[in-house]
Amino acid sequence: MTDTQTTVDPAEVAKFEAMAAEWWDPKGKFKPLHMLNPCRLDYITSQIAAEFDRDLSAESPFAGLRLLDIGCGGGLLSEPMARLGATVVGVDAAERNIPVAQAHAAQSGLDIDYRHNTAEALAAAGEQFDIVLNMEVVEHVADPLAYLTACAQLLKSGGLHICSTLNRNPKSFMMAIVGAEHVMRWLPKGTHEWSKFITPDELFDLLSKSGVTPVDRKGMVFNPITWSWSLSDRDLSVNYVTASVKP
Amino acid sequence: MDNAAKAPILQTMNYDSDIAIVGGGLNGTAMALALVRSGLSVTLIDAASLPTRAAPDFDGRSYALALTSKRMLAALGLWDGLSENAQPMNQIKVTDGRINDGHAFLGLHFDAAELEEGPMGYMVEDRHLRHALLDAVEAEPNITHMSAARVVAQEVTTTAATLTLEDGKTVTARVIIGADGRQSGTAERAGISRTGWSYDQTALVCAIAHEKPHQGIAHQFFMPSGPLAILPLKGNRSSIVWSEKSDLAQQINGLSDEKYLQILRPRFGDFLGEISLAGARFTYPLNLTLANSVISDRLVLVGDAAHGMHPIAGQGLNAGLKDIAVLAQVMDEAKRRGEDIASPLVLERYAEWRSFDVATLAAATDVFNRLFSNDSSLLRLGRDLGMKAVNAMPNLRRGFMREAAGLTGELPALMR
Repeated sequence: MTDTQTTVDPAEVAKFEAMAAEWWDPKGKFKPLHMLNPCRLDYITSQIAAEFDRDLSAESPFAGLRLLDIGCGGGLLSEPMARLGATVVGVDAAERNIPVAQAHAAQSGLDIDYRHNTAEALAAAGEQFDIVLNMEVVEHVADPLAYLTACAQLLKSGGLHICSTLNRNPKSFMMAIVGAEHVMRWLPKGTHEWSKFITPDELFDLLSKSGVTPVDRKGMVFNPITWSWSLSDRDLSVNYVTASVKP
Repeated sequence: MDNAAKAPILQTMNYDSDIAIVGGGLNGTAMALALVRSGLSVTLIDAASLPTRAAPDFDGRSYALALTSKRMLAALGLWDGLSENAQPMNQIKVTDGRINDGHAFLGLHFDAAELEEGPMGYMVEDRHLRHALLDAVEAEPNITHMSAARVVAQEVTTTAATLTLEDGKTVTARVIIGADGRQSGTAERAGISRTGWSYDQTALVCAIAHEKPHQGIAHQFFMPSGPLAILPLKGNRSSIVWSEKSDLAQQINGLSDEKYLQILRPRFGDFLGEISLAGARFTYPLNLTLANSVISDRLVLVGDAAHGMHPIAGQGLNAGLKDIAVLAQVMDEAKRRGEDIASPLVLERYAEWRSFDVATLAAATDVFNRLFSNDSSLLRLGRDLGMKAVNAMPNLRRGFMREAAGLTGELPALMR
């Protein structure tokens, strides 16, 4: 999968750069993700800083940390992590995303190892990371426990697993399916299958079984007045994010 | 193994600084100081020379700093040096008057004692503010200060912004901040158009020394020709800002000091005793000029470059400092998250946060001016009743005071 990228022809690069521009357009089709991203990054950066005792105002605070971004897409999380100094591997099950993410990282002057791969395959190959980012993926997989177990295997001892998903209750059905897919058209219809959503308690249980110790959970709440997302200690009713540590 | 797949073309950039600021006045220097707190490096490009910026004499100019602006200067470590030269404004009296009426129609009275935060603001002379900012800039290793350097061209690509100076030197940065005033060349070179309107009015500005103490009271008289403000400076001195129809203002400014004072005296009566001039005299034509966008690719406008305001409410510098506090916070948060500080995603947050404030303030100042510089008896009656009503309602009065002190709207961290 990797050899092809070194021989990419310029017309192909231009095409991928155009697709990358679409991924990164704040007003384009990934606008909902761009709106959520600062909130996700606030959580991720503060959890990493706390777990590995790093100062976020320092230069390259994540230097020396090897990080895996599962479902990297256009690199919306991989790039900030690389900019903060982490050694980043970004994987996506959708092959077309890989050259797109590579094209944008090149424009940003960032060195990121993007691969068309899965968590299970990396775990089988014996790859090891300090941090695994597993954002809005678990609600799409067929066997959540098998998937989370692979994520846990990818972590070094003392490593950090950050996992976000959607709660399963009437409100999340209204917000994520009816609201986001049908009313706001933020997401294509059929993006989510509500029955696959997981409650925070179920996720904590699955994470414990996967081989990590859940240590924190917070809600990510959309405020329609300020039109922005923020973290909440109490409201985990729709989107939420968790942190777990491998013993 | 990491990085087995090399990206097609890794476009690594070498930047002279993270940020290039064009304009070395109060806004440009404050912007530079606010940004380096986040670990960002700054090149500050000033068209004026260092001796001009460092001129030691009082030239008659001063600023009414809102409480929030004072807090920001304190957060930047400048207030300790400024405080001994800053005059607290403990009360503001607003009066509707006519020449020779003195303050016959006593109107609004704002007393800081009603405001738990203390004085509503401080009067600071331009030279003290300038020196405090300049000294701090010179002492800061992450600011490269270029004086007497004029920008002649700017170019923005997908990876960098480059400025070319008159002497052929170039400065490359991730993002350009235009703090170059109401005739911003930075905005013009970026093709940002402006909307504005001018009034047939000119502000006359001077400092006076007076016989009796001002007791920290600021006065605003609304004259038929336009507003007149008496703002307390340290000692028995005050700063005067008054406006007249433009041709008359030019005539008045052309008069001798003694004749100038003869015209000024009857406009506010004799409650300060004998007065004399205590600095140079200035005139500023009143107009409003708003940039139609405060951001562009790898470019941000702050201060008068974004919104050149009518100085009637003394909010020009305060609004500029708020721009700076907001932009510094947006960039600090972005940097801590690992976001690209120059990306449209980040710059848009600044534009959005500031848009409401600036539009309301500009519109309010405009309406205020049109309303109060009119001699129609019906308007006078309305104003008079309005002021009496506000005076009778402590909550409304406190609301006005909080607005004047800058305490309304979502405050950036530097101003809390």
